[in-house]
Amino acid sequence: MVTLHHYLLLAAMLFALGAIGVMFRRNLIVILMSLELMLNAVNLTFIALSRYLGSIEGQVFVLFIMVVAAAEVAVGLAIAVAVYRQRGTININDINLMKW
Amino acid sequence: METFLFYVLGVVTLVSAICVVFLRRPIHNVLFMILTMIGLAGLFVLLHAEFVAMVQLVVYAGAVMVLFLFVIMLLNLERLRLPEDVQGLRRWFGILVAVGMALLVFPVLRVVLPAGPAKAMSAADLTNTDLIARELFTTYLLPFEITSVLLLAAIIGAVVLARKRSKQTEQG
Repeated sequence: MVTLHHYLLLAAMLFALGAIGVMFRRNLIVILMSLELMLNAVNLTFIALSRYLGSIEGQVFVLFIMVVAAAEVAVGLAIAVAVYRQRGTININDINLMKW
Repeated sequence: METFLFYVLGVVTLVSAICVVFLRRPIHNVLFMILTMIGLAGLFVLLHAEFVAMVQLVVYAGAVMVLFLFVIMLLNLERLRLPEDVQGLRRWFGILVAVGMALLVFPVLRVVLPAGPAKAMSAADLTNTDLIARELFTTYLLPFEITSVLLLAAIIGAVVLARKRSKQTEQG
């Protein structure tokens, strides 16, 4: 029997994997993808809680999260394209103009 | 049956997510991300959220990941050779921290949240789309309208940020 904790543990592991990706990858595109993975883990948490606590509001909020994530990815990738045209690289270690 | 499906979909999603984070070539990352999205959509269906599962497939796997593919092709990233990522002790420390984060959340939630099975859906229940629509267009109407403004802002922002500069505007 699958309980709420199975889904929450799976979502927590996906979130941790996304966090590892954001922290340790140097390719800007892959960082954005790991960010999407974190948002998807949160979506899974919301849907699982919506089901097990009997409220539909979790799923409504998931729709809003998807909208925000899509908008953020569009703008993030546009920034990545602009940075690549400007600096010739998307290695985040090389994009250090504002570094202390 | 539900347990079997959960474990199959869960393993597929988890393995794909590991591949997304740890593979070297961006194209491989995108393809495994699409597989992760499909696995998650399956899990949503298992949780009786069919509408959200379809939206996930259309929006995430269908649009966002295709956008990633476009950008990777546009920037011709396959030819870039990026230097090695974080190595050695720092990497293992980071993995330890992330695993600790994941395992820390679980016992906290276990205390707070109920552990039993979900209540069964009766035949008289409204469809998932119906239930979502009732909330979305009455209680949450204002956030719904605000998201359309947000999307407009994102479209304009993306177009402005990514357009090519012509010689005239460079000197202007």
